[in-house]
Amino acid sequence: MIGPDGRLNSGNAGRLSRAPWWLLVLALGGTVFAWRAATSELYGDILMRILSGLGVTLAVTAVAFPLAIGLGLATALGLVSPSPVRRNLATLYVQVARGVPILVQIFIVAFVLVPLGVEALKWGSGGTGFLATLRPSDVPMGARVVAALVCAYGAFEAETVRGGLTSLSRGQAEAARALGLTQRQALRHVLLPQTFRRILPTLGNDLISLLKDSSLVSVLGVRDVTQEARLYASATFRYTESLTLLALLYLALTLLLALGVKGLEHRYRRHAS
Amino acid sequence: MPADPKPHAVVLEARSLVKRFGAVTAVDGISVEIRAGEVTAILGPSGSGKSTLLRCLNFLEVPDSGEVIFQGQRVRARDRDLDALRSRVGMVFQQFNLFPHLRVWENVALGPRVILGLPAAAARERALGFLARVGLSDKADSHPLQLSGGQQQRAAIARALAMEPVALLFDEPTSALDPELTGEVLSVMRALAAEGMTMAVVTHEVAFARAVSHQVVFMDAGRVVLRGTPAEVIDSPANERAARFFSRPGA
Ligand SMILES: Nc1ncnc2c1ncn2[C@@H]1O[C@H](COP(=O)(O)OP(=O)(O)OP(=O)(O)O)[C@@H](O)[C@H]1O
Ligand SMILES: [Mg+2]
Repeated sequence: MIGPDGRLNSGNAGRLSRAPWWLLVLALGGTVFAWRAATSELYGDILMRILSGLGVTLAVTAVAFPLAIGLGLATALGLVSPSPVRRNLATLYVQVARGVPILVQIFIVAFVLVPLGVEALKWGSGGTGFLATLRPSDVPMGARVVAALVCAYGAFEAETVRGGLTSLSRGQAEAARALGLTQRQALRHVLLPQTFRRILPTLGNDLISLLKDSSLVSVLGVRDVTQEARLYASATFRYTESLTLLALLYLALTLLLALGVKGLEHRYRRHAS
Repeated sequence: MPADPKPHAVVLEARSLVKRFGAVTAVDGISVEIRAGEVTAILGPSGSGKSTLLRCLNFLEVPDSGEVIFQGQRVRARDRDLDALRSRVGMVFQQFNLFPHLRVWENVALGPRVILGLPAAAARERALGFLARVGLSDKADSHPLQLSGGQQQRAAIARALAMEPVALLFDEPTSALDPELTGEVLSVMRALAAEGMTMAVVTHEVAFARAVSHQVVFMDAGRVVLRGTPAEVIDSPANERAARFFSRPGA
């Protein structure tokens, strides 16, 4: 584990032992299944069915992630704010969102907060106009699910951004303010760009987690890849084939994302302090 | 832009400044005048409050009491006053504090572009001009961490100069440098002094202070115990504490 040179994982410097064998195993497995999918009608059928949900899975992830980062950023600024009101509001949100399982948050947002919100909007509109005729059922499950994921992940991102922000040396903020930058300008031009470079690996991990957690939308019947696989399996009893293909699809997506994040990291790594 | 202050007019003044950290009174009722076109050297033993005094002058530390007067106006710890003061008074830090995510010229151009509102091309032009003045034309496109300490500090001086400040504050600008690199930074500062730049310099470089400064302020335990010309303070100090400080080997 810790070698005589104080490095983790030392020794075994040979090329063979450093090769990513795990990737080879995965690629082999993937190839076998791809070949089955191409040659067997059953596998091809299942794959097409699952892929029909890919758009939803990707869309949920792609919409929820930037929103979660935005919410996380705003919350992180609250966490480090000198104002006790903002700080406590931000902390309250983070603690609640981190302490409640995502699945439970999805149910609460979908069946409690959205109907409540719709009622509040109706009440606020004074019974006239478009809002007055709005019903909870007009809010699509997809949107509710995105809102719930944003709520859950906004708390993670808040902690991540806060961690990055406070890891910068105090000299950076001092130099920015001493130059005459306002608080906002210092954040925008000096502190946040460095923060985001630093937290890129964590953000990448969070994006991968979010992609996986987007499978939870299936509990509301939203037809992402998981829901399609479940529907197919329960109609045909082809559980093994459907679920294996589903898992492989997620794996392919997360590996692809991990590679993309590595690439970005590499680009920014060189000049970050 | 305000007219240039008259020669030897007071640009920046501290009146009875007090700054405490818990039980420690780092600055204990200090008054100093930073006069236009002059170099004010602030000397004293470690922990005597030199940095704290300098940082109070642009409110990186908010004084507990006392006043800071900039060009005749009292500055209060309100954002609007501070941003105005800070964009007119540059600061150079011991640890350089360049922005590592920006190229060297972008570090220098940031203030002019964002604070003074210069168009991008003009800000770049100005940055390159000030980099040339500190001898860093060839490093403009580098990233700060690729530079030596001396080069980083010169870039930091260019960043402060690019705002065309009326005064510069230096907090031990050469203390983080290897001895062979301090010379290049001190010579840039000497050139600035010769051009009549108003400067307040906290330093341990007694020879530099003796050669360049008009006024020397000697501090001990949060107070100014001696002030005057370099000859008065450094060469024949009329104070036992200062005499001991300047007679130590290497001073
Ligand atoms: N942020 C702070 N929190 C608590 N105490 C502080 C802080 N900054 C300074 N001090 C204390 O105030 C006193 C003066 O510190 P200051 O850094 O101004 O001294 P200095 O003369 O600049 O010393 P040096 O030559 O070592 O830089 C010291 O006792 C120091 O421990
Ligand atoms: Mg100091």
